[in-house]
Amino acid sequence: MESAFLEGIFRWLHVVVGVAWIGLLYYFNFVQVPALKNATADGTASGITKHVAPLALLWFRWAALATWLTGAAILGQNFVSAFTLQGEWAEIGVGAWLGTIMLFNVWVLIWPNQQKILGLKDATDKEKTAARRIAFLASRTNTMLSIPMLFLMTNGLSHKGLIGL
Amino acid sequence: MKNPLDSIVGTIISGFVLTLILAYILKNFL
Repeated sequence: MESAFLEGIFRWLHVVVGVAWIGLLYYFNFVQVPALKNATADGTASGITKHVAPLALLWFRWAALATWLTGAAILGQNFVSAFTLQGEWAEIGVGAWLGTIMLFNVWVLIWPNQQKILGLKDATDKEKTAARRIAFLASRTNTMLSIPMLFLMTNGLSHKGLIGL
Repeated sequence: MKNPLDSIVGTIISGFVLTLILAYILKNFL
């Protein structure tokens, strides 16, 4: 099979799972966090924390991994050139690093702390309070990083109108 | 100083500022 064909398939799948990941990230930050504040005030938060959040987090973390893997597949043999910011691969390489930091935040900071917050893992009240702040800031950091990441993704590799060399 | 990530607007503005900084570095230094 031609490599351009495979790259096209991976690029398409990368966008599909990337939309799922970043869509859920924006849902958490722009919808669920503010809604949960209001729901906690009127005693209806359990609907979100019990039924919505665990399912959203399931799709979120696996979509994050799938996005990284399909991104790595697009880079293919240029993976090292991108991650070492070589020549024309520097732009998409910085985007790939941002995506990698975001994947780390999802699996190492957000998911383990959300397990404590949602009661999926045992934690004291003090641990839950700390977990809330860590998960919140990691999620907000990812929202911030998604903006340059998407800029470099849409301008770095094949559409260099804005920052091309 | 307040953490800009505590507000949605602060988070978005930080993202755009970071984009400009990275684009400048890429265009001029890499």
